[in-house]
Amino acid sequence: MSIARVRMGLVVAVALGLIYGVAPAAAQLPNTPGATPPPPTPNMPTSEAATKLKGIAAPPFAAAPDKLPLAQLKLPKGFKIEVYANGIPDARSLRIGDKGTLFVGNRVQDKVYAVVDRNGKREVKVIASGLDRPNGLAFKDGTLYIAEGTKISKLEKIEDNLDNPPKPVVIYSDFPNHQAHGWKFMALGPDNKLYVNVGAPCNICIPPDANSQIRRLNLDGTGAEPYIRGNRNSVGFDWNPTTKELYFTDNGRDWMSEELPNDELNRVTKMGQNFGYPYCHQGNILDPQYGWGRSCSDFVPPVALLGPHAAALGMRFYTGSMFPAKYHDAIFIARHGSWNKTNKIGGDIYVVYLNKDGTVKSQESFMTGFIRDNNYIGRPVDVQPMKDGSLLVSDDYEGAVYRITYGNGKVASQ
Amino acid sequence: MTDKGRLVRKSIAVLTLGCLTALPASAQTVKERLPTCLACHGENGQSKNPEVPSLGAQQVFYVTVQLLMFRERMRVVDPMNDMAKGLSDDDLRSLADFISKLPAPQPPDGPVDNARIERARTLVEKNHCNICHTATFAGQENVPHIADQREDYLIKALRGYKDNSRRGYDAAMADVIEPITDAQILDLAYYIARVK
Amino acid sequence: MVRYQSAGLLLAGALSLLATTALAQQQATPAQPPAAAALPPGSPLIGRPDNNPAAAKLAPVPSPPLATAADKLPLDKLKAPKGFEIEVYASGMPNARSMVLDDKGTVFVGSRLQDKVYAITNKNGKREVKVLVSGLYRPNGVAFKNGTLYIAELSQISKIDNVEDKLDSSPKPTVIYNDLPKDEAHGWKYLAIGPDNKLYFEVGQPGNNVLHDSAHGQLRRINLDGSGAEVIAFGIRNTVGFDWNPKNKELYFTDNGRDWLSEDLPNDELNRITKIGQDFGAPYCYQGDIPDPDFGWGHSCSEFVPPVALMGPHAAALGMKFYTGTMFPAEYRGQILVARHGSWNKTKKFGGDIALVKLNKDGTVKSVEPFITGFLQPDNNYVARPVDVMNMPDGSILVSDDWNGAVYRVSYGSKKTAER
Repeated sequence: MSIARVRMGLVVAVALGLIYGVAPAAAQLPNTPGATPPPPTPNMPTSEAATKLKGIAAPPFAAAPDKLPLAQLKLPKGFKIEVYANGIPDARSLRIGDKGTLFVGNRVQDKVYAVVDRNGKREVKVIASGLDRPNGLAFKDGTLYIAEGTKISKLEKIEDNLDNPPKPVVIYSDFPNHQAHGWKFMALGPDNKLYVNVGAPCNICIPPDANSQIRRLNLDGTGAEPYIRGNRNSVGFDWNPTTKELYFTDNGRDWMSEELPNDELNRVTKMGQNFGYPYCHQGNILDPQYGWGRSCSDFVPPVALLGPHAAALGMRFYTGSMFPAKYHDAIFIARHGSWNKTNKIGGDIYVVYLNKDGTVKSQESFMTGFIRDNNYIGRPVDVQPMKDGSLLVSDDYEGAVYRITYGNGKVASQ
Repeated sequence: MTDKGRLVRKSIAVLTLGCLTALPASAQTVKERLPTCLACHGENGQSKNPEVPSLGAQQVFYVTVQLLMFRERMRVVDPMNDMAKGLSDDDLRSLADFISKLPAPQPPDGPVDNARIERARTLVEKNHCNICHTATFAGQENVPHIADQREDYLIKALRGYKDNSRRGYDAAMADVIEPITDAQILDLAYYIARVK
Repeated sequence: MVRYQSAGLLLAGALSLLATTALAQQQATPAQPPAAAALPPGSPLIGRPDNNPAAAKLAPVPSPPLATAADKLPLDKLKAPKGFEIEVYASGMPNARSMVLDDKGTVFVGSRLQDKVYAITNKNGKREVKVLVSGLYRPNGVAFKNGTLYIAELSQISKIDNVEDKLDSSPKPTVIYNDLPKDEAHGWKYLAIGPDNKLYFEVGQPGNNVLHDSAHGQLRRINLDGSGAEVIAFGIRNTVGFDWNPKNKELYFTDNGRDWLSEDLPNDELNRITKIGQDFGAPYCYQGDIPDPDFGWGHSCSEFVPPVALMGPHAAALGMKFYTGTMFPAEYRGQILVARHGSWNKTKKFGGDIALVKLNKDGTVKSVEPFITGFLQPDNNYVARPVDVMNMPDGSILVSDDWNGAVYRVSYGSKKTAER
C-alpha cells in the first residue's frame, strides 16, 4: 500500500472516529460516571441588567509590550512597576525555581512557561504544552510540579533542561473531572506536601465528596487526603511564616446579589475544618438554596472579607526586606476582578495586615488601575515575591508578568 | 450501520479527501488557504457539508479562539489542526475578521414541528441560553453565533460539551450543559437551526 | 464505539467508590420532575427551593380560627420588665388585629382573616366585646376621627358616622374610596389618620418578590371624604403599622422584608419619611444594603432610602406607636413600641415580642431591644402573636394578639386596672 493511501486511510479513520465518538488523541476523560450532575443555578435573574453579566474570557493572545497598561497602574509612594516578561498568553500562577527561573502556568490555554535571564537577555520559553489547564505550580529540589485539571505531574531537573525539557511524568491523577472550577492552584507546604484545591463543580450545589476541599499529598503522589473542606474555589494560598498556618482565598458564589457574598480570606487553625460552602457564605449568610435549617455557627468564618465577586485569587505572605516594614508578613492578594457585578470591583492587588497572633488587623488596596471605565485593561492573577524582595504580578488578560519594586530596588536586568 | 450512516461515512471520507487535496504548507498565506476553508465551510457563510459548521457572521473573538485552539492542538479535530498549523497570531486575527464578515447562515426551508420548537424555547428560557448567546442567538465576544447553525453540527457540539470530548475555551458550556439530556439536545439543535 | 463504551465501563468501575460517596452526599437528582401544580400568583411559597426538606417545613403559620377561652390565655408566659403588669383587656375576638380608640373609650378591633370589626365597650369599668359589623373583606385597618370610624378592607375604605350611637345596630359602612387593586398578597391594610387629617394606608407589593405597576408597593393618603388620593412613598413591600413622631410629625413605618432569600436575611425595616415621594427600595434593595437577587442587578442600594433600624430577620414587624403616655418610666416616653408578630420563613423562629425602639434626639434610632416577650416560646412555638400596639389615655398600652383573639393591657406601677 502506498504511503499516500495509508495516510488517507488514517485521516479518514480519525475523521470517522470522531463521528462515532472515539476519544481523540489528546484525550479528555469523559465526565466522572455516576456523579450526579449539579442543577443549573436556580432562580437565575432575568432582568436586563442581569443578562448583561457573564464570565469574561481571557484574550487568546498576549498584548504587545507597548500596549501594556503600566501607566494606568497606581501604587503607593515609593513603589514602581515594570514589565518583567510579556508574550505569555493566559499568564497565571507563578513559581520561582531554586536557580531563579520563573515558571508561569495557564488556565484556558495549555502551556507552562519558563522565564529566565540568559546571556544578558530575558527569555520566555515554553517548557510544556498540550496540558489540560495547567494552573497549579510548585517547586522543590529542582523539580517543577504541575497541577492540571485532573492530574499532577512533574518535570525533574527542569532548570538545567529548559531548552530540552523532559516530558511531564504523572504522579497523581485521582481528581474528579469537571470544567467548572476544575483548574487547580497548588503550593508546597512547610510539611513538604503538595496542597491542591479541588473546587466545587458548579456555582452553587451540594458538592460531591471529592470536591470543595484543599487536598494534600506527598511529593511522590501518595497519601492524598482532604486538608480542609467547605471552600468553593480557592485559587491562592500560602502559609503564615511565623505560625505556619495556612491562609487561603475563596471565591464566593454568583447570582445571589450585586453586593453579596464577599470573597473570603480564611485561616486554617486545624486540619479538617469546614468553611461553609454551600450552606453559609462569608461566615454569616445562609445560602438561599441550601442554607435552610442550617446555622453559620457550624462553620469557620473568614478572617477577612475581600469584596463581593472581586475574584480574590493568588496570595503570598511578603517576607522580603525591600518593601517598608509595615508590609513584613502582610498578605498580598491578587483580585482578578468581578464579572457578576454591574459596577466592577477588584482588578487590583490588595494587602491584608495581620496582628502577631494571626488575626487580621486591617486591609486595603495596594495597587489599583486594572479597571478603567468599568472595563478591564488587565487582570491580576497571582503574586510572587522574588529573592530580592520585589513582587511579581501575573496578568492573564494582557499575557504579562509585572515586577513591583520599592525605593532603589534595581530594575531587573534585561 | 444504517444506510444513512453509510452515506454519512462516505460523505465525510470524500470530504476529508477533497479538503485535503490542497493540504497547505506552512508557507501558504491566509489568502491562499481561504479557498480550502470555504470549500468545506461554504462560500457564503453557509456550510452544505454534514457536521461541518457554517461560519457566516461568526463572532471574531470566538473564531480567533477556536483557530488558536486548533493551532495549539487544544482542540484536536482533523483536518482543522493541519489547517491552522503554522498560522501566525496575525493570520488568525485576519482569518477571524474575514469569517465574521461572511453572510449569516439561513434557516432551512420546509415545515417546522411547532411542538419541538416550543419545547426547545422553554429549555432556552429555563437554562438561560439567551443570556450569553443573546436573544437572537447572534452571540457576543467569546460566545458564538449559533442562530441557524447546521442542526447536525449543533448536536455534535452540544454532545461534545456534555461528554467532555469537546474542549471549551472556558468552563461555561460544560457547566450549563450538565443537566441537559440528549433528547433535549436534539430539540435545542432543531430549534436553534431554524430560528428566524 | 465499542472501544469507547468499554473504556467507559472500566472508568465507572474504578470510580464506583468515589461515586457512591458522591451520591450519598448528593441531593436527589432533579431529573425530569413531574409537572407540579403551579402556585397561584402572589403565593408566599413562590421562591421556595425544591428538594430541600428544611425549606419544605417553612410556610406561613396558620392562625387559629377560633378565639382562645379567657382562662386559657397564656398570660403566665408573657414576660415584661420589672414593674410592668400584663392583664387581659378583652378576649373572644378571633383574629384580633389593628386597634383604634374612640373618644368615648371604645376600642375598635379589625381582623385580617375574618370578616368582622369588633368593638370593646367600657362602661363603668365593665368591658364588653361586641361584633360591630360583619361581612367585610379583610377589615384589618381601623381609624377614628370626630365620631366616625373608618375601616380599610382589602380593596376599599369605608366609614361609619356616629359609630358610638350604632354599636348595637349592625351599621352598614359607606364606601368612601375603592380605587384599589384586589391582590390578596399583601392586600390587607393598616389605616391611620395623620396630623394632616388624612387617611393613610398602603397598597402592598402583590407577591413575595415581584415587579409591579405604579399602583402597588406604596403608601397612599386620602381626605376623610375619600377624595384627593395621592402617593406618599414608594418601594414599600408590606407595611402593617405606622405612626407619627409627636415631636415633629414625621411618619415612621415598619416594612416586612422579602422571603426565601436566606434564613437570616433580610431584616424587617423601620423606616422614616422625611419628604413626600421617597423610595424605600423594594423589590430592588432590601434592608438598605442588599440588592435583590432577582431585581437588584444593575441597581445600587444608594438609589433608595435605607431604613433607620433593622427589626430582625423575618420578624414580621407590624403595628407600631410612639409611646405618648407618662405612666411608663422616662426611658419609654417618646420612644417607639413595635409589635413583632414573629417569623415563619426561618427555621429557628424570631420575633414574637413587643420591641422598644429608642430614638436619638434627631430622630435616628439608638437601639432596638425586646420589651415584652414570651409570645414565642423557647420550644420554637407560638403561644400568642402580637399585631398592634395602642396608647391608652391613662398611659397604659393595649396589645392585640391575633393568635388567641385577645387584647392585653400593659401597665406600669401601682395603678390598678379598671375592675371587670
